[in-house]
Amino acid sequence: MVGCAAVPRITFTSSIQRHVSCPTETVTGTTVREALEQYFARHPQARGYVLDEQGAMRQHVVVFVNGSQIRDRAAQRDPINESAELYVMQALSGG
Amino acid sequence: MSDRIFAATRKGLFEVRRTQGRWRIANTSFLGDSVSLVSRPAANGTVYAALGLGHFGVKLRASSDGGQRWNELAAPAFPKQPDGVVDTLPDGKPWPWRVEQIWALEGVGDTLWCGTIGGGLFRSDDGGRSWELVRSLWEHPMRKQWFGGGTEMPGIHSICPHPKNAKELLIGVSCGGVWRTLDGGASWEVTSHGMFAEYMPPERREDPVIQDPHMVSRCAAHPDRLWSQHHNGVFRSDNGGTQWETIPESAPSVFGFAIAAHPTNPDIAWRVPAIKDEVRVPVQAHVVVSRTRDAGKSWEVLREGLPQEHAYDLTFRHALDVDASGERVAFGSTTGSLWVSENSGDSWAHVSAHLPPVYAVRFA
Repeated sequence: MVGCAAVPRITFTSSIQRHVSCPTETVTGTTVREALEQYFARHPQARGYVLDEQGAMRQHVVVFVNGSQIRDRAAQRDPINESAELYVMQALSGG
Repeated sequence: MSDRIFAATRKGLFEVRRTQGRWRIANTSFLGDSVSLVSRPAANGTVYAALGLGHFGVKLRASSDGGQRWNELAAPAFPKQPDGVVDTLPDGKPWPWRVEQIWALEGVGDTLWCGTIGGGLFRSDDGGRSWELVRSLWEHPMRKQWFGGGTEMPGIHSICPHPKNAKELLIGVSCGGVWRTLDGGASWEVTSHGMFAEYMPPERREDPVIQDPHMVSRCAAHPDRLWSQHHNGVFRSDNGGTQWETIPESAPSVFGFAIAAHPTNPDIAWRVPAIKDEVRVPVQAHVVVSRTRDAGKSWEVLREGLPQEHAYDLTFRHALDVDASGERVAFGSTTGSLWVSENSGDSWAHVSAHLPPVYAVRFA
């Protein structure tokens, strides 16, 4: 269904692919968390790369929804609509 | 004698092999990734490597073919913090239930024990496929007195199994002292009695639960003998960690992070000293190893083959190791050097000066 804008879609930064395969996929859900949960149900190994054990976003990972960073890093309850483009990437840090 | 060393560094894991009398880098894994620790091989030969992926968290990998291929295992993780439970450090800052770094890995029989920055001790009984928080320690009321030393969160960096008693285990915590279980982890007691910290307020200096043993190392053949390089200096135990004696003098200084017990001779230990807490570089900018052969009464300063001019290498707590023979000793430094000795430290060969900062060195 790639190309159809009627459902949310999640894309992961290329830098995560070195460690765990995270293909771009369409998902359903009304919040970022619901979308992520659906993705992690299909790709369980990806969860620990994005969320910590308490379910919060890892400190140096960010999620954009249609180009804006989500605000609820602890629980990701930010709402999404059916045309949402989610982009999961690393914060720029380190040396 | 061991012909192989793993060096875990800030930007990869390096396997060093002895071939034709020379030590050379033979293989590189995880290039670019921070490898906080590498384990000694388990009884079945499996080697575990702990990664701290700056963005993507703590990971655990295992190799059963000597580091050629690595499989991802579950990383130890805290259970979900119950709603309403607030955990705070002694200074009131939040103490999240989160593994920040894998800081100790030791196998005892079929059990793998893992200490972490974050303060959790974890055990796995299935080779690292799943992990369980050791709640008896985590829920011990004195655990809440631990605080960070060099890191924001406290951490468990030393795990000393008892080679003759699988139920006895001793751990070192910065800053939280030395703890021991005699019943396989069901219960724990703090056993840093005799350690002291002159930098603390007077009423807390001898408090066992605030001690900062940078590293604890046990003599495998004489398990009652343990050594600790403490923030305050060197301590020795002659009774399995029940009581600790200060070693007041050690050349060229008493400060450092790493200490390694001889595997069979309880009176021999090595350490890599630095000037002091406030000046963490080698004394007079000379890289040296200190060795005692008389249980700490005197220390030899070993420098043959080590840089003796403008050398500012610091050795982290896991970056010194001795092989099972006690003849081969290796250590790495924050400035990317790795040295190995084949004569218990009398002289040293320089394996590399250009590694990333070395976090851990292990004979394999």
